[in-house]
Amino acid sequence: MGKAIEAIDLSIYYGSFRAVEGVNMSIRPKTVTALIGPSGCGKSTYLRSINRMHEVIPGARVEGRLELDGTDLYGAGVDPVGVRRQIGMVFQRPNPFPTMSIYDNVIAGQRLNNKRMRKDATDDLVERSLRGANLWNEVKDRLDKPGSGLSGGQQQRLCIARAIAVQPDVLLMDEPCSALDPISTLAIEDLINELKTDYTIVIVTHNMQQAARVSDYTGFFTIEGTGKPGKLVEMDETRTIFSQPKQKATEDYVSGRFG
Amino acid sequence: MSIDTDKRDAERTAAVRPTEDKIARQGRLPRWSTPGALAAAAVVVGGLLAATGAFSVGLFVFLTVVLFAVGLYALSRVVEGARKATDRVVTIVVTSAFLLALIPLISVIWTVLSNGIARFDVEFFNSSMRGIVGEGGGAYHAIAGTLVITALAAAMSIPIGLLTAVYLVEYGAGSRLARAITFFVDVMTGIPSIVAGLFAYALFALFAGPGVRLGFAGAVALSVLMIPVVVRATEEMLKIVPNELREAAFALGVPKWRTILKVVIPTSVAGIASGITLAIARVIGETAPLLIAVGITTGLNFNPFDGRQATLPVFAYYSYAAPGVPRDPYIDRAWTAALVLIVIVMVLNLAARLIARLFAPKTR
Ligand SMILES: Nc1ncnc2c1ncn2[C@@H]1O[C@H](COP(=O)(O)OP(=O)(O)OP(=O)(O)O)[C@@H](O)[C@H]1O
Ligand SMILES: [Mg+2]
Repeated sequence: MGKAIEAIDLSIYYGSFRAVEGVNMSIRPKTVTALIGPSGCGKSTYLRSINRMHEVIPGARVEGRLELDGTDLYGAGVDPVGVRRQIGMVFQRPNPFPTMSIYDNVIAGQRLNNKRMRKDATDDLVERSLRGANLWNEVKDRLDKPGSGLSGGQQQRLCIARAIAVQPDVLLMDEPCSALDPISTLAIEDLINELKTDYTIVIVTHNMQQAARVSDYTGFFTIEGTGKPGKLVEMDETRTIFSQPKQKATEDYVSGRFG
Repeated sequence: MSIDTDKRDAERTAAVRPTEDKIARQGRLPRWSTPGALAAAAVVVGGLLAATGAFSVGLFVFLTVVLFAVGLYALSRVVEGARKATDRVVTIVVTSAFLLALIPLISVIWTVLSNGIARFDVEFFNSSMRGIVGEGGGAYHAIAGTLVITALAAAMSIPIGLLTAVYLVEYGAGSRLARAITFFVDVMTGIPSIVAGLFAYALFALFAGPGVRLGFAGAVALSVLMIPVVVRATEEMLKIVPNELREAAFALGVPKWRTILKVVIPTSVAGIASGITLAIARVIGETAPLLIAVGITTGLNFNPFDGRQATLPVFAYYSYAAPGVPRDPYIDRAWTAALVLIVIVMVLNLAARLIARLFAPKTR
């Protein structure tokens, strides 16, 4: 578990619109990488291209290479469904399945794929995943209750439990805390810190402090103007990005001198 | 002037406690003023009409409502102010419109009930019209035919309609084919039912020769009417399933078809099921297509692939349009058939609500 990601001259398109241009980025296994940048610069687009989620939008495509431990994720014959089993994703808004109980939500990846599992193995997986997501103690007495009855922060942790229950190598998170209160945010940040012992994590955030708190590496994206493609300006250790970035644009952004 | 000082006083306190005082300063009519005004208007109008000798119920109700609205408006305007007065008038208008719309509905139900109850007996439900002239007999054969033909129509329409809607929402979104299908579904929604009947008749006449009458042909005609309703209802329900749920499933490595089958449809199944039930209720009372394609018979026939079948609407139609001698038993049976139809439709509507409640995603 925990694999490396390598983007090589990756450009991402929505139809004929180039949203992201020429990204070169290596993400080390079992690290947390934060993606920051102004709104609309293509952070989500780039993140979603890592597990081929952006392909669900008609007309979306990429150019260039994206490798997971050396295998090209966009190579001929690679099934996007298989890619998504290895690279999980947590979304901005918590999205538990409303028709399922907390228990079923956690093992939704197995259930929806009709994987047969023994009852005790499932119980074990549910408990491990919920413990992994720091949610076990809060919900262990009501596993059969609907997931949508939890608080927003709990729902988000349920979604994280669901994502790690399929045992991916990489976990992508798109502003996972932006709909949450500070306490739940801290809970999730702690969780990210624990999860990086097993997973490679890429997180998009608008919160500089959060990026500084949780990440080992930070990539700064920017955009020159509307209709222009977003670009990766620089990527480095988080400490370096926030103290002595190489690019003027990065310094302006992290010190708050940017729009 | 005392009013002026009052006003100034009020304004001074208003500056201190603005909201509280605004509420307190405004007069309010007592609760009984609405029924009181209505009663007063009724008495006045009744008296006037009686005095002129031109009393009629319609005129009485109309004038009472008008006087009631005008009177309450004036009263409320003086005591409560313009905004409240307008609110009262609008309430009266909306309520009257609602009651007006209710009149035909209640009158239909009342007429059918009072005329149909006479033959709403056991014999009506357990005997056909075979060998019956005059009194007695029943519509067992017609009820059976209606249920068989409608079930057959549903069995054909539901899969087709459901899959079409799934294609439109999940696969075709925005494509030229999807737009064309949407257009034709819209056109089909507007097809007069007689055309559907002629279509089915013509279709089956190609194989079986002119003069063919077949339960199955009727089911096909009903399908033509039912499919667009099912497509529309399902489409709307699938559309309101949030995209986030689909993405959540995709992100877990669930293929699209499984996502649709296990996430999208279960999430919207309540709405889909009640939409389908309403579509069934919509076609179960169709007369024209069955008149052409299925015809009528006096005996029991469960087989939709073997000749004519009786159905409730057609049974009611023939009993009424071509009664035997004596006339009355036929007319009575027609009303009872109509009553049974209404009961079936009501049961289906209730079922739709029950299904919606049963399947709805729970939060607690
Ligand atoms: N489904 C889509 N179809 C077409 N263009 C899109 C789509 N989604 C995003 N874009 C465009 O791609 C560009 C990058 O969008 P993206 O959502 O990746 O930005 P972001 O950096 O995540 O912004 P934010 O911080 O506001 O979330 C924007 O110009 C946006 O308008
Ligand atoms: Mg975004």
